[in-house]
Amino acid sequence: MFTKKESATEYVIHHITNLSIGEGAWTLHPDTLFFSWLTGLFFVGLFWLGARRATAGVPGGLQNFVETVIEFIENSVKDSFHGPRDFVGPLALTIFVWVLLWNLLDLVPVDYVPMFAYHALGLEYTRIVPSADVNAPFALSLSVLILMVVYSIKGKGWGGYGKELLTHPFGSFPLVAPFNLLLNIVEMIAKPVSLALRLFGNLYAAELIFVLIALLPWWVQWIPGGAWALFHILVVPLQAFIFMTLTIVYLSLAYEKH
Amino acid sequence: MTVSIGTLIAQGITFFIFIYATMKYVWPPITKAMQERREKIADGLAAAERGKSELEAASAQVDSLIRDAREQAMEIVEQANRRAGDILGDAKSEGEKARERQLASAKAEIEQSLTRARDELRKQVAVVAVASAEKILAREIDASKHRDILDKLAAEI
Repeated sequence: MFTKKESATEYVIHHITNLSIGEGAWTLHPDTLFFSWLTGLFFVGLFWLGARRATAGVPGGLQNFVETVIEFIENSVKDSFHGPRDFVGPLALTIFVWVLLWNLLDLVPVDYVPMFAYHALGLEYTRIVPSADVNAPFALSLSVLILMVVYSIKGKGWGGYGKELLTHPFGSFPLVAPFNLLLNIVEMIAKPVSLALRLFGNLYAAELIFVLIALLPWWVQWIPGGAWALFHILVVPLQAFIFMTLTIVYLSLAYEKH
Repeated sequence: MTVSIGTLIAQGITFFIFIYATMKYVWPPITKAMQERREKIADGLAAAERGKSELEAASAQVDSLIRDAREQAMEIVEQANRRAGDILGDAKSEGEKARERQLASAKAEIEQSLTRARDELRKQVAVVAVASAEKILAREIDASKHRDILDKLAAEI
């Protein structure tokens, strides 16, 4: 463990295995849950501190920061979603900042936390980047799927939504209704899958590359490691932004009548 | 990369809890504060604009007041000048008259004195003439006999 005695394969596999409780599909990944809760609480706590004494006068440093982020999110939401924003705004804000913080954890050197967890807490496996565990992005995108259905019903009514499922995109001819429905279901599945896999794929690949770089001799690691980290700084907010924007777009497509 | 339904569900629930917390404690106060600030800034700008136009109106009023005052002052000075001229003229004519009056009275006095002196002189001449004539004639002429001639002479002188 954590020595060069183990083979490279073992090292890599060790770094991409989650800590798990239970067996089969019903296992829990406590490491993913812990770090996503940690980042989530950090996000809510920080923003709450900034919003707690929000004033219309001259804002303090933290309020200024929170306002900047919220204004940016609100403008993004305003651009594509034309319904009531009191839920979609906080949703977009949560997604953006939470995913951003997940992704930022990827910049922590790959061995630090697992080594600490192993020696101090006796945990066999620890992965600290929730977005590199396929379950976390999917949890978000499936939640978004549920919201898409909710917003479709909210925006078009039960009848309007049912009618759209049966008549869109080929028209209202009764014979094509099954094809319409099938296509809509495929589309409905494809959206959250692509949403989650885009984030997961980017972060998983990035993490893997960091792990591979960690296999190099220590005195040369900083060159590829630094370069990849610099590049990754672009990926981190970009993926968070893409996830948020697509969520808003999907919800606005669901909400509006075509 | 293993699918873990437990993690999936737990993450989903966490997600909604965080959205709820954001919706309740973060989003509304911040957006409200930003909205209020926007309104405050708009109000401030409108007030500044109003103040500027008020200042312009006030300075225009000040200009017209100054112009009026200047005109009035000029009028007053002119009036005063005219008045001074009048007073001077009056005084001059008054002085002239007084001088003429005094001159006339002085002349009259002189005339009077002259007349008086002449009368006196005439009388004295007559007396002297008579006296001298008496002295001359004392020897040859009797004063009482020739009185009528002497009187005639005194009257002629």
